[in-house]
Amino acid sequence: MPNIVIDWLGDHVELPADLTAEQLAADLVRVGLEEEEIHGAAVTGPLVVGRVLGLVPEPQKNGKTINWCQVDVGVHNTTDDAGEPTVARGIVCGAHNFGEGDLVVVALPGAVLPGPFAIASRKTYGHVSDGMICSAKELGLGEDHDGIIVLPRLGHAEADLTPGQDAVALLGLGDEVLEINVTPDRGYAFSYRGVAREYAHSTGARFTDRGLPEALSAPLPAATPDGFPVEVDDAAPGDGTPGCDRFVTRVVRGVDAAAPSPAWLQRRLTGAGMRPISLAVDVTNYVMLDLGQPLHAYDLDQVAAPIVVRRARPGERLVTLDDVERALDPQDLLITDSPDGQVGPGSRVLGIAGVMGGASSEVGPSTRDVLVEAAHFDAVSVARTARHHKLSSEAAKRFERGVDPRLPAVAAQRVVDLLVELGGGTADPAVSDLDRTVPPGPVHFRAAEAERLVGVAYTPEQVRGALEAIGCDVAEDAQTGVLVVTPPSWRPDLTGSAELVEEVARLEGYDAIPSVLPAAPGGRGLTHEQAVRRSVARALAEDGFVETLSYPFVGEADLDVLRLGADDARRRALRLRNPLAADRPLLRTDLLSTLLDTARRNVGRGLGDVALFEVGLVTHPRVGAPSAPSLPPGVRPSDEALAALAAATPEQPRHVAGVLVGRRERAGWWGEGRAADWSDALDAALLVARRAGVDVRVVADPDRAPWHPGRCARLELEDATVVGHAGELHPKVVEDLGLPARASAFEVDLTALVAATDGAPLTATPVSAFPAAKEDLAFVVPDAVPAAALQAAVVDGAGELLEEIALFDVFAGDQVGEGRKSLAFSLRLRAPDRTLTADDVVRVREGAVAAARDQVGAELRA
Amino acid sequence: MSTPDAAVAPEGAAEQPTAPSPLDADALQRALDAALAAVADATDLTSLKAARIEHAGDRSPLALANRAIGALDPADKKTAGRLLGPLRARLNQAIAARQVELEAERDERVLVTEAVDVTLPVRRTPDGARHPLETLQERIADFFVGLGWEIADGPEVETEWFNFDALNFGPDHPARQMQDTFYVAGGPVGAETEPTNLVLRTHTSPVQAHSLLARGVPLYVACPGKVFRTDALDATHTPVFHQVEGLAVDKGLTMANLLGTLDAFARAMFGPDARTRLRPSYFPFTEPSAEMDLWFPQKRGGPGWIEWGGCGMVNPNVLRATGVDPDVYSGFAFGMGVERTLMLRHGIADMHDMVEGDVRFSTQFGMGI
Repeated sequence: MPNIVIDWLGDHVELPADLTAEQLAADLVRVGLEEEEIHGAAVTGPLVVGRVLGLVPEPQKNGKTINWCQVDVGVHNTTDDAGEPTVARGIVCGAHNFGEGDLVVVALPGAVLPGPFAIASRKTYGHVSDGMICSAKELGLGEDHDGIIVLPRLGHAEADLTPGQDAVALLGLGDEVLEINVTPDRGYAFSYRGVAREYAHSTGARFTDRGLPEALSAPLPAATPDGFPVEVDDAAPGDGTPGCDRFVTRVVRGVDAAAPSPAWLQRRLTGAGMRPISLAVDVTNYVMLDLGQPLHAYDLDQVAAPIVVRRARPGERLVTLDDVERALDPQDLLITDSPDGQVGPGSRVLGIAGVMGGASSEVGPSTRDVLVEAAHFDAVSVARTARHHKLSSEAAKRFERGVDPRLPAVAAQRVVDLLVELGGGTADPAVSDLDRTVPPGPVHFRAAEAERLVGVAYTPEQVRGALEAIGCDVAEDAQTGVLVVTPPSWRPDLTGSAELVEEVARLEGYDAIPSVLPAAPGGRGLTHEQAVRRSVARALAEDGFVETLSYPFVGEADLDVLRLGADDARRRALRLRNPLAADRPLLRTDLLSTLLDTARRNVGRGLGDVALFEVGLVTHPRVGAPSAPSLPPGVRPSDEALAALAAATPEQPRHVAGVLVGRRERAGWWGEGRAADWSDALDAALLVARRAGVDVRVVADPDRAPWHPGRCARLELEDATVVGHAGELHPKVVEDLGLPARASAFEVDLTALVAATDGAPLTATPVSAFPAAKEDLAFVVPDAVPAAALQAAVVDGAGELLEEIALFDVFAGDQVGEGRKSLAFSLRLRAPDRTLTADDVVRVREGAVAAARDQVGAELRA
Repeated sequence: MSTPDAAVAPEGAAEQPTAPSPLDADALQRALDAALAAVADATDLTSLKAARIEHAGDRSPLALANRAIGALDPADKKTAGRLLGPLRARLNQAIAARQVELEAERDERVLVTEAVDVTLPVRRTPDGARHPLETLQERIADFFVGLGWEIADGPEVETEWFNFDALNFGPDHPARQMQDTFYVAGGPVGAETEPTNLVLRTHTSPVQAHSLLARGVPLYVACPGKVFRTDALDATHTPVFHQVEGLAVDKGLTMANLLGTLDAFARAMFGPDARTRLRPSYFPFTEPSAEMDLWFPQKRGGPGWIEWGGCGMVNPNVLRATGVDPDVYSGFAFGMGVERTLMLRHGIADMHDMVEGDVRFSTQFGMGI
């Protein structure tokens, strides 16, 4: 995001002399340019100009030669016997690109360079080195570490330099720079021109639009017949908009293009976060930062007319300026030239339009004549290409947010002027300007719309004033009173009424908006599902479970640990194209696959007795689901299209899962406590079902991973729909996860449970006040008979008088015989309308015994 | 009250009591005094029982005197009866009263011996707890339900149309690239066949479009839920986090209503001094758009404004995408991070604590926040 160097901003708008970066940030945020960061001074402490008085090369044993230098640093020199600073400092330097008499930059002990790197006197190569002679890289001024900075070569006039002079200010290293965040709709604010305009909106400061031709010192030259030939060949653009609608070229001859830029320009570029390279490149970057128009400078000798702007052909490749060879995509818009003349126009690729140039036509040390390109490219086309090549250049950032199509000629003129002024060049009268831009259409805008959306009674003058301030041309339809607003060329984002309303609200200030709580018409409260979800979570927490959340990402290995079979439906998971962790690319199909990991983390942290639960969505892909249709924004899809979107969206039921390890009841003065086991997991699962208001049947399930085959319960609805499992985990799973033995778990499909209730109000049964009769029955059954089956038989046989039944004893042993067990039930009987008689009780008893015998082969125990 | 056993003199009592004459008032008074003294001296129920047998039992002086009345002539009978009756009544009264006293003392002593150390730990089952992110979302939901809004849910694996296009992020919109989106690969288990056009929702905003399509207008809904961005976990980022989305679409809604709702919400979350302010910003699905700052009195280093979320008036294109006429209806929408809200409210410095599932984190919040 752009950096704002304050004095540079002052070229465009009047600034208070004492403006700080902090105040500037406060001013800009009011109009929507947010502070990203304030970059403080890059260098602190003594950094001064020095003159090399003596330089003695000293070869070293390691083959290197160091230079033992005596450097005059003026008032910072070492003091003589009289206390005067006359003794030059001795400094060891390993670079060789300078000599006696050169003016250099010296960091003295106490200075802190970027890194941070603190400078101190130190003994090295047999000398005490009393400072450091700095390279551009060491000062954060660029990547060039070929050698140390010799100031006159950087463009500083020797006459302006004195040994001992502060070099921090000289090089702009002490400036505070404000980095701002520019939202995607504000492409124009990617420039000093745009930021200055916003500053003027915020503060009322006087703003000069230097992006307009009137701001130039001389009128803009018109295109000439001998201008550099340019063709645009883009008959069938991918997004329907021609990729290039403006292409201006200018030529400057006799430029020392590779010379260093003057110090002030380097300082500004550095402050703005760009690296100075050479005059021609620096000037194009400077004007881009200043006005927002990306520019390109070619070595004129390396470009063969005509330039052709066209889409890439299959198989074409280009080495871009960042030294990466790229395979071009047929959607990429290219700048090409024609070394084969009209035989094959556009046969050579010079660069990717609006994104990055190629290495071959770059200006270099031998360049004398420079061809300047200032063009306007389609935002969508540039965005696609930048995305495709993962190449977000300064040019692409601006084009994809929208660049002012009126800028190219002005920006090109600024480049020409600077190359003439700073590079000793001569402006060539030949100008080409291919201009197919379409002026923005007007927006019909009712002034009252601003009040309708913002809630502030703006006057017509305020509305009109704000729109004019941002550069709109505003006319009024005399008959309807509707404003006909033509946005300025630099605001392609202003396409409708709502955008104009925002401009009015923004310029009048968001702080003018009152705070008024609206009265909603009244809702229906939480849905049944939402209420159940809360009730379930609360019940589990009240029951001793701690709620946790886990990421929904799993890998095949996690599913293997759970011993899921190869054809287990839970392996049919959606896969992320760009997972955060390569070993966890799948979306969980159950909660346990991630919750168990949470349990493991807790155990690993020394928490031995843990009961956890999680409520969350899991993803079940639909087999053979179609791709979701791609539909345009801003249009309500047809019902069929909406149905297709729904059909492509995977099922995402909400599950509840829990894990118990260690003790369920603590050890204490009352005894040893109790280890959590399968029954606690099942108890919790049944609690969930009860809170959902659903009756579930418990059935042994020997085939469900990751549970113990002999200790796993399946929960079914009446229609045999499976809604969950609970029990002890498989010992191998427990071992592989490193959990304590006998760890138990449950997982329940809450969505299925909620779907099983109709939510209709229950019809209450009257409570009988007649006395109850109690009856105990003990049965002996084969081991294989589930308790639930026997109980169901007893309930069935007992009939309507049975009010409550409880299994109070389970017993196996010699008394009942090998392979058998005894189950004892207590029954409470009651009639709704009378006191029970002895005969009633006998009938219930006989009925229960007969049913138990007939249905599960139970014998009444004597 | 317990009834004393029938008074029976112990076998072979050492001394035969001498019966005073039922007409000898002085002797009777002496017997009574001795009896009352014995009752008063009884220190427990056993000695009281002994005293009762000795002084009020069948063979006690007063009982024997009473028995002797039968042998008197009728005139003396009457005199003796009048003399003896009150004395015996007084004695029985004294015994009964002493009985009550001593029983109370005995009961008291039992309670003392049954005393326990009430400072022992008593909780056998460890307490459970809710995750504060969940309870905070419930609290947020309660606030909006209280305003008369409803709570909407939506899928976490979402179609690109709902996550982006319906919200006015066109396919080439630069903001679509800013969202750090997780994309779902083609094929049920990942074989790259054709694009699914599915993503993990990057915000709760797609629920706006779902709600408008499903419920129509006027609409006042809040949607708390999980969202996903491709940020690696660190102290301030997590790839899986929570947002709460608010959406109101009705005739005549303005940014003033947006601000009013946000102010009320801020007060519900952060106390009566909380308030919000708006700064111009940009989101594809709102126009005008704003960043929302919260005035936070507990801010580290002194009270100040901190970023809380984004908001704005629903973009006409979003309304059109859901079949609502933007010339008739207007609406506002806002969204903020639940994690951020929780961190601010409770001084949580590191995201790790919220996402790692360590029970010690949830447990300190208990059942609610």
